[in-house]
Amino acid sequence: MIPKSDLRKPRRDVAVVGAGMTVFARRLQETGKEMAWEAAKQALDQAGLTLDDVDAVIVGTAPDAFDGVHKKGEWLLDGAGGSGKPFMRVFTGGGTAVMTPIVGWWHVASGLFDTVLVVNEEKMSSVRPHAQSAFAHIWDPILDRPLKPNLVWIFAMEMQRYMWTYNVRYEDIALVAVKNKRNAVGHPCAQLADPDITLEDVLNSEPLALPVRRLDISPPSDGAAAVVLTREEIAYELTDAPVFIEGVGWCIDTTMWTNRDLAFPKFVARAAKMAYDMAGIKDPRKEIDIAEPYDPFDYKELQHLEALGLAEPGEAAILTREGKTQRDGELPVCPSGGLLGVGNPIAATLGIKIGELYWQLSRQAGPRQVKKDARTGVAQAWGDLMQFSSVVVMRRR
Amino acid sequence: MAHEPRTQTHNDERFGPPPNPQGRRLSAQEEAQLPHIIAKPRARYAWAAGIAISAFLEGLKRGKILGRKCVGCGRVLVPPRMFCERCFRPTDEWVELPGTGVVETFSVSYIDTDANRVEEPILVGTIALDGAPPHCGFMHYFGEVSPEELHIGMPVEPVWKPEGERVGSILDIRYFRPRGR
Repeated sequence: MIPKSDLRKPRRDVAVVGAGMTVFARRLQETGKEMAWEAAKQALDQAGLTLDDVDAVIVGTAPDAFDGVHKKGEWLLDGAGGSGKPFMRVFTGGGTAVMTPIVGWWHVASGLFDTVLVVNEEKMSSVRPHAQSAFAHIWDPILDRPLKPNLVWIFAMEMQRYMWTYNVRYEDIALVAVKNKRNAVGHPCAQLADPDITLEDVLNSEPLALPVRRLDISPPSDGAAAVVLTREEIAYELTDAPVFIEGVGWCIDTTMWTNRDLAFPKFVARAAKMAYDMAGIKDPRKEIDIAEPYDPFDYKELQHLEALGLAEPGEAAILTREGKTQRDGELPVCPSGGLLGVGNPIAATLGIKIGELYWQLSRQAGPRQVKKDARTGVAQAWGDLMQFSSVVVMRRR
Repeated sequence: MAHEPRTQTHNDERFGPPPNPQGRRLSAQEEAQLPHIIAKPRARYAWAAGIAISAFLEGLKRGKILGRKCVGCGRVLVPPRMFCERCFRPTDEWVELPGTGVVETFSVSYIDTDANRVEEPILVGTIALDGAPPHCGFMHYFGEVSPEELHIGMPVEPVWKPEGERVGSILDIRYFRPRGR
């Protein structure tokens, strides 16, 4: 048998040296291309580079159905700085947010390129009457669509199963929404920051598909985000505080979602194991200082913390109730404000996952800076028909 | 230096203040102020049901729920597949299931497919079917049950449309109801 290659030995070390993002909001004035340009330029400015320094460009953006145009990646090309360069578009549903930096990482780690610009964009306000009308096309056309589903149903069913299996109280789950919407107050791009939100506000918000209520969900949004990746030697020329990508992992489960136990996302755990092995992390609870798990719904933050090995199944709600996941807590979780607070322009949440870890670990997060001296962090995204996950471990050396 | 993303567009006087920074739905008047094009792409599709699901739908028409057995892993696959994605081999035989099962999970939905509000909640969930492996089945509605009564683990059975109205669709089952009701 041919031996497998060693995942822990990519050829070159890769660092993040700049990040940028636009305000997340309903932005009818700008095209996606204009937003992509805004984010890409910011990231290059922060890195102290120009487009001439960029060897290749990766673009992440979600279904063409949101825009009603095909070849959406190519459509964004000019704004992302990709014309005349090696360029590719990546789409793995909501997991795109953390998948494009993984693709960017292997472009550099492999030795093919020195510096790569990663740009993610989403504009969800174009589709009428609601982004839900495009989301409806995710369902199986033969067995699911005749039942006229709403995408929120699937999360309601997953949340219900999660609560039942691990005996988790809704009141504790709702605390995640309170925490993240408050955290977002320090974020200049935030759409739903609310310094005064209370647990009662969430518990009494409009019922959508119970157990999911209005304030359990992140809002649809428009926006863009970008990061610059480069190899170690160039990174140290540019900055004293590069943040290295130490481990990457991704995994997808079957599309037959009615054949899975929805309580625990095994595919997230597998993606995390791949990333932790590469980063040499043996005990994530001891070695991870800060986490940006994907939080499109409040219960997802908890489920993801558990699958990332940062809590036992069912325990993340207790950590939340005890305040340990607050910005000044033992394990700050979503100090950015997350998707729940900053907004959820799907692929563009790159800026509040990888972008936030970069700013936090290089201590540039300003009013959002966590109290502890965080050196190692994990970011994770999740998507498709609740079946895909991407995980990145980052470290300031 | 702290990260201060530029909010140039929002401060740019050529565009004026953002009309909708919080993501609320724009009024017709607000939308009319911004240059844009309304388009209705015309596309229609004919989706093949496939070999396995065509037989499954034919079974529904006859009032039967069919699965497909893989002797490699011993699972009865519902919805059926002609191949087992785990063993990566062809599945072996058709199996008729009793149709009964338990509620695997559910939601009480106050929104429809386009996110419009509905007065009477839609009771929807997945059914773990008897004769299939744990957690395996499909999505459907629940009926003849109140939202308060409905719970995970509740034994349920299908309520079929009359034979003459069945067309070979998942909707040949009206809904699942508590068993013995």
